[in-house]
Order: sequence, then structure tokens, then C-alpha cells
Amino acid sequence: MDSPITELKLSNGMRVMLKEIHTAPIISSWVWYRVGSRDEIPGKTGISHWVEHMQFKGTPQFPGGVLDKAVSREGGVWNAFTYLDWTTYFETMPADKIDLALRLEADRMVNSIFDAEEVESERTVIISERQGSENQPLFQLGEVMRAAAFRVHPYHHEILGDMADLQTIQRDDLYNHYRSYYRPNNAVMVVAGDFETQAVRERIEALYGPLGAGDDPIRPARPEPPQRGEHRLTVEGSDDTTYVQVLYHSPVASDPDFFPFIVLDSLLTGPTGLNMFGGGISNKTSQLYLKLVEGDLAVGVRGSLPVTIDPYVYNITVTVHPDRTAEEVITALDEEIQRVQETPPTQEAVDRAVKQARALFAYGSESITNQAFWMGFTEMFDSYDWFTGYLDRLAAVTTDDVQRIAQTYLVPRQRVLGTYLPTNGEVSK
Amino acid sequence: MKLAISQSSLPGPDDITCVELSNGITVLARSNFNSPSVTVSGYLAVGGLFDPDEKLGIGDFVSAALMRGTEKRDFQGIYQALESVGASLSFSGATHTTGFGGKSLAEDLPLLLELLSEGLRQPVFPEQQIERLRAQLLTGLTLRAQDTRDMAGLTFDQMVYKGHPYSRPEDGYPETIQSITRQDLVHFHKKHYGPRGMVVAVVGGVSPEEAVERVRAALGGWENPDQPDPPQLPSVAPLEKVISQRVEIPGKSQADIVVGAAGPPRKAEEFFEAALGNSVFGQFGMMGRIGEAVREKAGLAYYAFSQMSAGIGPGPWSVSAGVNPDNVEKAIDLIRAEIKRFVTESVAEDELSDSKANFIGRLPLALESNGGVAGALLNLARYDLGMDYYQRYAGLVEAVSPEGVLAAASKYLHPDKLAVAVAGP
Repeated sequence: MDSPITELKLSNGMRVMLKEIHTAPIISSWVWYRVGSRDEIPGKTGISHWVEHMQFKGTPQFPGGVLDKAVSREGGVWNAFTYLDWTTYFETMPADKIDLALRLEADRMVNSIFDAEEVESERTVIISERQGSENQPLFQLGEVMRAAAFRVHPYHHEILGDMADLQTIQRDDLYNHYRSYYRPNNAVMVVAGDFETQAVRERIEALYGPLGAGDDPIRPARPEPPQRGEHRLTVEGSDDTTYVQVLYHSPVASDPDFFPFIVLDSLLTGPTGLNMFGGGISNKTSQLYLKLVEGDLAVGVRGSLPVTIDPYVYNITVTVHPDRTAEEVITALDEEIQRVQETPPTQEAVDRAVKQARALFAYGSESITNQAFWMGFTEMFDSYDWFTGYLDRLAAVTTDDVQRIAQTYLVPRQRVLGTYLPTNGEVSK
Repeated sequence: MKLAISQSSLPGPDDITCVELSNGITVLARSNFNSPSVTVSGYLAVGGLFDPDEKLGIGDFVSAALMRGTEKRDFQGIYQALESVGASLSFSGATHTTGFGGKSLAEDLPLLLELLSEGLRQPVFPEQQIERLRAQLLTGLTLRAQDTRDMAGLTFDQMVYKGHPYSRPEDGYPETIQSITRQDLVHFHKKHYGPRGMVVAVVGGVSPEEAVERVRAALGGWENPDQPDPPQLPSVAPLEKVISQRVEIPGKSQADIVVGAAGPPRKAEEFFEAALGNSVFGQFGMMGRIGEAVREKAGLAYYAFSQMSAGIGPGPWSVSAGVNPDNVEKAIDLIRAEIKRFVTESVAEDELSDSKANFIGRLPLALESNGGVAGALLNLARYDLGMDYYQRYAGLVEAVSPEGVLAAASKYLHPDKLAVAVAGP
């Protein structure tokens, strides 16, 4: 089922990855830039995300509004995402229409206008996006928790940016950010789907080859010093539901410890998988579900271990049962974590986590868009080999590895423990 | 315009298997051997329409409780079986139907169907699990009450569908969920669940013959001679003027707005006219004319779009937007102005041809995954569209004219006869 990948590097430094998949008459094309909220300093937070918005506002060749219509007319979908470490743009199109995607991404890699009026109109759109997020209690809690986990490293602020900066960032700030990071030598292009490699390769060389390379962007990110002692914090708000969230400092994706950590997460809070498009499964048999939800202390629990360039945080989020308190949940959570530290899991439990990961892969591979996503995504923090070796490396995890990870990383002095409390009192009844 | 997609890649009579079992279950199957997995999804002819007002949400509650324990397995037994092989299965209540959806590796299809059958035919509604589920449902309703988008939508439905079952949220209210007893759940299930009108689609790495036989083996023996017919829907009283309602939710940074009226049912003659009109109005490109006016030009909102939810009955045709609380009136004025334009002037030929190209061109994407194909097959059954529908689809889209769009738009929408719901600080 798996076809080989053709990799090339253009003379301007742009990397290209091509994968033929002939299961549906569709092609998915992605351009990944090595820039994200990690590359922002105070005063300019949110600028990467705002640049992403401006990339939809037009170039001389494709003025604003023309592109949306052109992609929609051909029956395609397109979107963009700004993350901590990267920003990506994709189009998934009927196979015979892919040329539009190749042309428009080459064009907006260098030719976006950043019209001053458009910047102002987008300012209010982005503030509105942030205000929509602020309506959610978990956004409010998460923002404060991250800032507590990262005092020095730029992972400390939200990708959306701080409101103060959204009010003051100017057109030239945005344009300079764009010019610094949007260049072929800072990009990885991925095309997957129903095409002949040679034809697409020639087209990419013709469209992207002439784009000039600039200096390689420098991406300094001040390393976060070790945390010495637990941080506890509370956010109060008008919502009536209590949440508990815990962040543990975790290793980078390229660290050998990352794979046993994935298994540990799967055992504690259920499998998460790497699919951006399609395919997760329920989590009703994980250890924390059993302890907290079946124990009537919570109505939901989930966890995630994000893959990042620099060390990030593993998070567990619990929605507290309406008749219970945050303290009760924290006590039970700690008991369960202590249990995995004291006793290794069974081999059967580890095997089960690996089988679940296999199934999630199968679901994700149904979508050509998702397959193309995997290719570029893994290049942003490691390489596509990380992905192709994923299942084998999970299968090599031992029960002792999992116990060691729990002992090494899930320790109170390296965590931030936060609670969202209803202003009107924790238990509403 | 050229039709780019080869017709042979679209589902049609040649590659869809459709079999009706003797107990009334329709099985639809299409194989996809590129995929190592399989999707099972479908629906039953039981939904919130059967809920008594004082027990509103019971249909939804029952559907959520089916997997909480059966005669053969307890809750943990069910989910151990599923999750151990990376499979999933869930039920969800809707107004007219109860849906289900599951997926697994192809080799685990028998397990998936066995659990589907157990959940549907042999649920035992264990007391302790029911109380646990009740707490989860009540928490969901607490979250709903503080979600500006949910509350604007709920208030909108109450205004547009006053006195009509569509005014009722299928997840009920806290007091109705509190009042439902275990015995109510048992009774509701026994009375309303049955095979008649049930549709199951199986898509993925399994042959259609095998799929049909496995569904037959799992569900062919199910009978419920007392299964009632679905209740008739009353008609919706049209709005006579602009009516507005505001829900205050303190502490929020953004307000949500829903503006509109009742739209056409899926089987309406002018369905395609309305659907393409809606695309021009608030979908195409960056959310159509609504997106252009509210987001792109005025910069008022991160999202602003229209949707037309044509279903079994006359679902809403509405515009939604999330805006700063200070800009609510401005956004409503812009939306009403766009509605006025939409129902008094024909859409331009090129706007319409853009949307037509989009409707036709996006089919391969919609049908890429097993889940997408299963959804398409269920659509055929739900609205009696015919097995050749996706092959006729381009022709149905092409036949729509600007005059037809105007007639459909002005039949359902009027700038002075609208419901306006706002939820925010």
C-alpha cells in the first residue's frame, strides 16, 4: 500500500517531497514554513498567526478574494494552520486542478501585498477570533498555565497572541515577519495524491526554482530553565463547571524517551494518534477514565503529548463531576500517577496500545490530505523517518520503559497544576 | 463548463449493493480494498420526536445508554472489546432518527456488528451507569447554557419553531433529564426501537456480499411488532415580522448571533435552487456574500456564514456570526441588508456558475474516505434519491437558474420576517 517518496532540494534550498497515491482522483499540496509562535518576542506575539491571515488577502497576480473563489470553483478545499513551531498552507483539489494550488503557493511565498487597510480590517477579525476563544474556560485556564510552565521560552504565550500586541502590531511588523520567514530555503513542499511524479516535479521546479533564497532565518528560542518546584494556580470565571489541568514538562519528539511517553499517555488517558484529518477512538478504558470517571469524580478526562521542536508539556485535563471538588480529583489523579510509578504496566497493556496506534494509522491513511500532512508535519520537528519508524519504535517499548518515564517526568516539582473555578463557588448545588 | 470527474469514480448502481432484509432493515454496501479498515454507520427510525415534553431528551438519553451495559457485557466489557482493537462505536440521538457510527480494522467487522446488535437489542440500562451518564449529560447542559453559540442557536429554534417539535433541543433541559427514570429508559427502548426503517451502510475493505451477510447474521433476527410509525410533523407557522431575543451570559468576550427563518425540507422541489443560492449567499469561497460583508469588508467577525439545514422537515435557513458585543447591531444590519439583496435581486450568472462548479468539483473529496462514502449512501436512503443520484448530480446542479434561486430565496427568507437571536455578555 505504501508507495515511495521522491525527495529533492531545489537550488534555492527549498525541499520538496512527492508521494504518488492512486486511490482517489485527488491531490493534496502543502507548503510548510519553519515559523510559528516560537519565533515571536513580547510585543509581537500572535504575529505569525496574523501573517497567516494576511496570506489570504492577495497578491498583484491573485488579488484578495480571487483565490478563495478560484479554489472553491474547482471543488477544492484550502486552509492554513499556525502552530508553535510551524505555519502551513494546504490545498486539496481534484487531481486535474492541482496546478492552481502550485501556482498560488509559489506566488504568495514572495508576492503578498499586506495592504495597510487590509491589515486594519484583519486586526478586528483576529481580535474577534481571540475573543471567541476567551469565551471558553479551558482557553482562559490554558493560557495562564502555559505562561506558568514557560517563563523564558517563547512557548509561554498563546499562538493567537496577547491582546495588547494584537492592538499594536503594525503593517510593517507583519510584512517584515513575512519577508524574514517566507522564502524557499525556509520551506518544505509536500504533494501527495493522484499524479505522475515526473510531471509534478518539473512543474514545481519551474514555479519555485526561480524564487530567490534569502539568508536562512535564525530561530533563537531561549531555553527554559528547569522548573524547581510545583506551580499551583487558579483561574476564576463565570462558567459553572470546574476543570483541573496538569502540565508536566516533557521531552522533544526526537528524544528516545518520547516513544515510551506515547505509550504511557495511551495507558493513562487513551490513544491520541497523529491524525489531523479523521480518526480518533473513544477513551473509556484508560486508567484515568476508570479512576476518575468510573469513580464518579469527573465526567471527562483527556490527555495529549504534543510533538514539538523544543521540550514542551504533557497535559491532562479533567472535567470535574458537578458534585465533586477539584481537590478530590487531584488526590485521585496523584494516586493513579503514583501507581504507574510504582508498578510497571503489563506487557498486554503495552501491546494493546501498539495495536490501537496501528488502527489509528489505518484510519488516517484513508485520507490523502492526512497522508500529505504527516509528511510535512514530521519534517518540522524531525524527519519523515520519524513517522515511518513510529510503529516499530512503539512496538519496541518495554514495560520498564513506561515505568521509568512515569518516574522521570510525572513528578510534582516539574508540573503546573491549575484549576478553573466557578466564581460563584465550586460546587453549584 | 467541463465536467472534470470521471463518472465511474462516483458511487452508482454498479458498485452500490442495496439489500432489504425481511425485517425491514436496508443494508447498503460498497467495497474499498485500498483501505484496511471498515466503517459502519446508519440510523434507526426513532428520535426526539417521540419524547414527551416533560421527559424531553429521553431519546438522546436512551441512545447514549445503549453502550452502558448489555445482557452479554458490562460497560467496561463493551469498551475493552472495542478499544483493545482500536475500534469505535457510538450512538447519537437526533430529532427524527438515532444515528450510529463505528469503524475498525476490516478483520474486526464481526465484532463491530455484534456490539451494534447487542447495544440495539439487549441493553440493560444498569442503574449505576445510568446515574453516571446522567451526571455527564447534565454537565453537558451546563456547558451549553454558558456557550454563546449554542444558546443563540437554541433560542433561534425556539423562536422560529414556536409550537413545533423543532423548537425543542433533543438533549433536553436539566429538569427533564433529572426527571427521567431508569424505567422510562427501559420503556422507551422497548416501545420505540425496532428494525423497520433502519438503514446500515458498510464501506471499506470488505466485499459487499460479506458485508450484507454479516449484517444479516447480526441483525436479521430482530423484530418489534409494536414499533410505532414516526409521528407526522405539523406545519411551521411563518414569521410575520422581525422578532428578537437576547440571552445574557455574563463574563463572555464575544456575542453570537443567529438570524433567519425556516427553510425547505430536503425533498422540496426547489432544494437545489435553495442550496446553490445558499452557497452564493453565505458559503462559497470565504463564506460567500455574508463573509464578504461581515468579515472581509467590515472586519466584524472571525466567522460569519449562512447555512441551510434541509432535512426530513423544514430545517432552519440562517446566518451565524460571532462578534464583539459592541458590534452586534451593526452585524445584524449588515446581515439583514444581505438578506434583502438576496431575496430581491437575482444572483449573477458568474456567482451561480462558481457555486455550481464547487458543488460538482467537491464530490471526489467528499467521497474520499470510507466515512464520506457511508454518509453519501445513507443520504440516498434517507431521502429516496435513487442509486444513480451521484451520477445524475451534475445535471441536477447545472439545471439551476438565477431566477430559480431568487424564487427559492424569496419563498423562505424575508428581511422583515426574521428571527434574531443573540447570546453574549
